Amino acid sequence: MTIVEERPAPAAAPPPRRTNPVLALLRNSWRQLTSMRTALVLLFLLAVAAIPGSVFPQRPVDPEKVSQYYTAHPDLAPWLDRLGIFGVYGSPWFAAIYLCLFASLIGCVVPRLRDLVRSLLMTPPDAPRRFERLPQHAELPETQTTAADIARIMRRHRFRTVVREREDGGWTVSGEKGYLKEAGNLLFHISMMVVLVGVGFGHWYGWHGNRILVGGQDQGFCNSVTQYDDSSLGSRVQPSDLPDFCLNLNSFQATYQSNGQAKTFNATVSVTQDNGKAQTRNFTVNHPLRLKHANVHLLGHGFAPILRYTDRYGVSQTKVVPFLPIDVMATSEGAAQFPDVNIDPKTNKRNPDLQIGFEGRYLPTASSTGGATSVYPGENAPALFLTAYRGDLGLDVGIPGSVYSLDQSEIASGALKNVSGAQPHELKPGQTWTLDDGTKLEFLGTRPFATLAIRYDPAQRLVLIGAVTGLLGLMLSLGLHRRRVWFRALPGSGDETGGNLLVAGGLPRTDYPGFGDEFNALVKAAEEGKP
Amino acid sequence: MAELSNHLMALTVVAYLLAMVCYAGEYAFGKRSHVGRAAARPAVKKQLVGAGAPVSDTVDAELPPPPDDTRVKEDKWGNIIARLAVAINGVGLLLHFGALLTRSIAAGRPPWGNMYEYILAATFVASVIWMAVVLRRPAVRHLGLFATLGLVLLLGLDGMVAYTPVGPLVPALNSYWFYIHVSTIILASGIFLIGAVPAAMFLVRNGWDEGKRSFPYSLGRHVGSAATLERLTFRLHAFAFPLFTFGALIAGPIWAEASWGRYWNWDPKEVWAFISWVVYAAYLHARSTPSVKRNVATWLAILGFGTMLMNLFGVNLFFGGLHSYANAGGM
Ligand code: HEM
Repeated sequence: MTIVEERPAPAAAPPPRRTNPVLALLRNSWRQLTSMRTALVLLFLLAVAAIPGSVFPQRPVDPEKVSQYYTAHPDLAPWLDRLGIFGVYGSPWFAAIYLCLFASLIGCVVPRLRDLVRSLLMTPPDAPRRFERLPQHAELPETQTTAADIARIMRRHRFRTVVREREDGGWTVSGEKGYLKEAGNLLFHISMMVVLVGVGFGHWYGWHGNRILVGGQDQGFCNSVTQYDDSSLGSRVQPSDLPDFCLNLNSFQATYQSNGQAKTFNATVSVTQDNGKAQTRNFTVNHPLRLKHANVHLLGHGFAPILRYTDRYGVSQTKVVPFLPIDVMATSEGAAQFPDVNIDPKTNKRNPDLQIGFEGRYLPTASSTGGATSVYPGENAPALFLTAYRGDLGLDVGIPGSVYSLDQSEIASGALKNVSGAQPHELKPGQTWTLDDGTKLEFLGTRPFATLAIRYDPAQRLVLIGAVTGLLGLMLSLGLHRRRVWFRALPGSGDETGGNLLVAGGLPRTDYPGFGDEFNALVKAAEEGKP
Repeated sequence: MAELSNHLMALTVVAYLLAMVCYAGEYAFGKRSHVGRAAARPAVKKQLVGAGAPVSDTVDAELPPPPDDTRVKEDKWGNIIARLAVAINGVGLLLHFGALLTRSIAAGRPPWGNMYEYILAATFVASVIWMAVVLRRPAVRHLGLFATLGLVLLLGLDGMVAYTPVGPLVPALNSYWFYIHVSTIILASGIFLIGAVPAAMFLVRNGWDEGKRSFPYSLGRHVGSAATLERLTFRLHAFAFPLFTFGALIAGPIWAEASWGRYWNWDPKEVWAFISWVVYAAYLHARSTPSVKRNVATWLAILGFGTMLMNLFGVNLFFGGLHSYANAGGM
């Protein structure tokens, strides 16, 4: 809080000139925009504008929840969507607020930077005429202390000091200290701009994708857009820009507390980058796999049952199908689809009515009493509960459906029929299930899978640097104090008596409770003539 | 051990309640007490150098001795009760520490793995800061009534709506950045929470000084001078703000990057931390804008307090999100 405004008084108003009204309007708007009051209002608006993002589901965070909201509020949702409520932080009005704020910031920082540089170049100002008006002032008893002594003392206390001698023998010593406060404040505000720029760049040049990686050499993944379950590239990223690497999940270990709470996870993968040699690497939650221009994060894990289906003609097919966990005990749901089965070797034609699909749950630990959910997330008593469907799986229409469930509309229309009864069939690992038409399904066991998020944000480091320098600036700005101290020898006082009559004054330019003590210590040192 | 922690927690609340009663007693008795009058005296120097100028805190203490004997007697009572209040408050603090310590031993890790523990720890910080303030500046002792009231309410709510049995950390929380992140936010939150007490009382006192005599303002009669309260408010907030910046906007994102791959996810807890940060930044701004009145600025600090409460209780109750680590097992 500046107590005495030190800015130079505005020059006398120039004679009224006819200015372009448009220019005048622009100038006035800019002045308004860069005032601290406007900054305050904009900060407040920013806080208010952020609220809906915590109340309504956000598409970039959780698209699933947004669709749920659509089903729950079919009338309201489209309107909210038009207002950008499902993507608050990317919406034009949110951007408008922070862009205004940063325009204001630039308009504020530039002149202050200039002022700071100017005040660094200038010497501390001369003493005001009357010290009595200052928050701190003192009269010293007659001393032998000279201007040079006081300047030495002040410099020892790290004041920027200047001595001014006058013709009549009087002199003043002016000292100022705490420039770092203003510098820190500017550093903070500039850092905020750096952070914003970094976040913007990250949006443009970053990309990310999610992928479920099932264990085993045959289930590997190579980095390209088509290999992701879902992905999103920044607006300046082309699919061909993605770095080249391949991953294989060699093993996945999870340990649990006896109450089922997860304790540790560990994924072991083999990585090939830029067609180099394969390396074996470990990673876990909180310790991502850092590759060149990509980071692989472990988000979750689950089990993929291995199923072998043998059709009417004795032809077998094996699939490894990940089942998605739906609760903390890893009760998992999924579906296995076999569209290319029961093909008559004579005609070699696929019969769309003889496709087969299975849907159900996998319980890593089924309870002995036969509940529908798992009782422990590790595989202590694994069991697979499946319902079999035969008919048209609806895969040929070309609309990509979920791979974790069968097409419900095909079941509703009767094109896909339940052929195993109302109760799901239970399978233990190694067991075989013979269906009504004599075809067979074997449950061979499971493989682990890891849910991976693969990301790259080239501006991440810039944002971090901005945040850290911002914090540094903030600490300087809030912790330091700008203040001025002056000593004056009354003119002629040193002549006959041999001693100097000194007065001292102090001006803290910001709220600084300790200033009185500091001032008194300086005065005392000046009295004694030694620091 | 977990049982013991729960008992200690209950005792803590009782101790704070007792301290509150004593503070209230002093509040009533101490009308003419030494401290009471010191507090009631308008800050003379304020007009002299303008608000915010460094008025030395010692002003409040330099008072002439009480002139006659009856007053001395009353002073004595007021003082005894006040000492008792501070002493019981101190006992409460020790019990609070005990609750935290036993909880931590029971869980085998620092006591901030879920919302219940988090609030327990943040209120502990608030209580420590309050103790430090009251010991260093007896002039603000009358705030004790409101400080302990706040502690009782927060701890009571914590026990009722956020209680979680002792459990281990989920793997995602098992990171040293997490410890740094949470401990600094707890520190900052505690200071912000206690900072709301002088902020609110400054507003009350300011109203009193402006001649308002109706209910909330009538409380302002015995709390310290407006300038003292305002400065205390600012000091606490200015101290907590960089801590919060570090905890919520640097350590948090660093950990989030390692854990989820994105340094900022806009999940409800992050949104509300961001809102708190912006509101407190607005407070600091407003306070250093000469054309904005001090009471307007202080309202922003109160608003900041509201957003903190939202983050402590509201977000966990209403929204869920990535941060809802009170429920077990999520990665
Ligand atoms: C991104 C938006 C902004 C944030 C988060 C922000 C935050 C802050 C904070 C926390 C302080 C307190 C530091 C201190 O008191 O030493 C501060 C001080 C200050 N800010 Fe900002 N600010 C922002 C934008 C602006 C803008 C747009 C302006 C100009 C209009 C501005 C001008 C100032 C000034 C002049 C001070 C120093 C006040 C003093 O002398 O103590 N700020 N800012």
